[in-house]
Amino acid sequence: MAQRYSSFDKGGRMWLLQRVTAAFLLVVLAFHFFLLHFVHHADEVSFLMSAGRMETLSYYSLMVLFLLTATFHGVNGVYNALVNQGLTGTKRTVIKWTLVAASVVLVLQGIRTANAWAGIPLY
Amino acid sequence: MSQSYNRGLIEDFSRWREFEAGMWAWIFHKFTGWVLIGYLFTHIAVLSTAIPASGAETAVLQAGNDVYTQTIVSLEGLLLVRILEVGLLAVAVFHMLNGARLLLVDLGVGLESQDKSFYASLILTGAITVASVPTFIAGAF
Repeated sequence: MAQRYSSFDKGGRMWLLQRVTAAFLLVVLAFHFFLLHFVHHADEVSFLMSAGRMETLSYYSLMVLFLLTATFHGVNGVYNALVNQGLTGTKRTVIKWTLVAASVVLVLQGIRTANAWAGIPLY
Repeated sequence: MSQSYNRGLIEDFSRWREFEAGMWAWIFHKFTGWVLIGYLFTHIAVLSTAIPASGAETAVLQAGNDVYTQTIVSLEGLLLVRILEVGLLAVAVFHMLNGARLLLVDLGVGLESQDKSFYASLILTGAITVASVPTFIAGAF
């Protein structure tokens, strides 16, 4: 009989989301690295070049989705790692909501930055 | 039926000689994950200089004298940053390859060759990283 060695609750929504975001990030992170290090070089970066990309709706929406999925995948990964190490009770609740707050700040700041490039007056 | 499996404490590092491929894959995946989420917060903080830069005059932006362009150009001018970027690439590539391996394992694909696919992830990470060094270091000297 097959055994499961994963610490995640099978069938859990977070378990599935961690994997769905992983599959998405595999493709988009590879694209991000390729575009910004191999097509363009990091030392050639300028505000106007970044703005030129971000003014395109498809690129802007892809990057916002990239930010949302990377934040979820990373922060949920940290939370799972801490739970694996035995985090329980009040500490677990405090850390969980601290991570949620950090995620919200990160996503808001990332969107403000994307808006600054895209010329969207919401930042 | 699923059942929990006692891996023992990872903190008990004296056990490292007993670790098999799966345990190393687990440790490397956690380590690279911590590095990547730490980097994401740093990355957004650095990119946020685009917010004040967006208020600069067009001539300043065209000359690349805005705070965002200057911040990135200054950072990229440091050899240490270029070396750290190669390290970041290695960390990201391993996390992606091992993550793809984990997704396949979750789908029940390649269960019999988990060790081999871990070694393949390591070798491919090394190859991609070495091949990328010239691109990442270009212009640093």
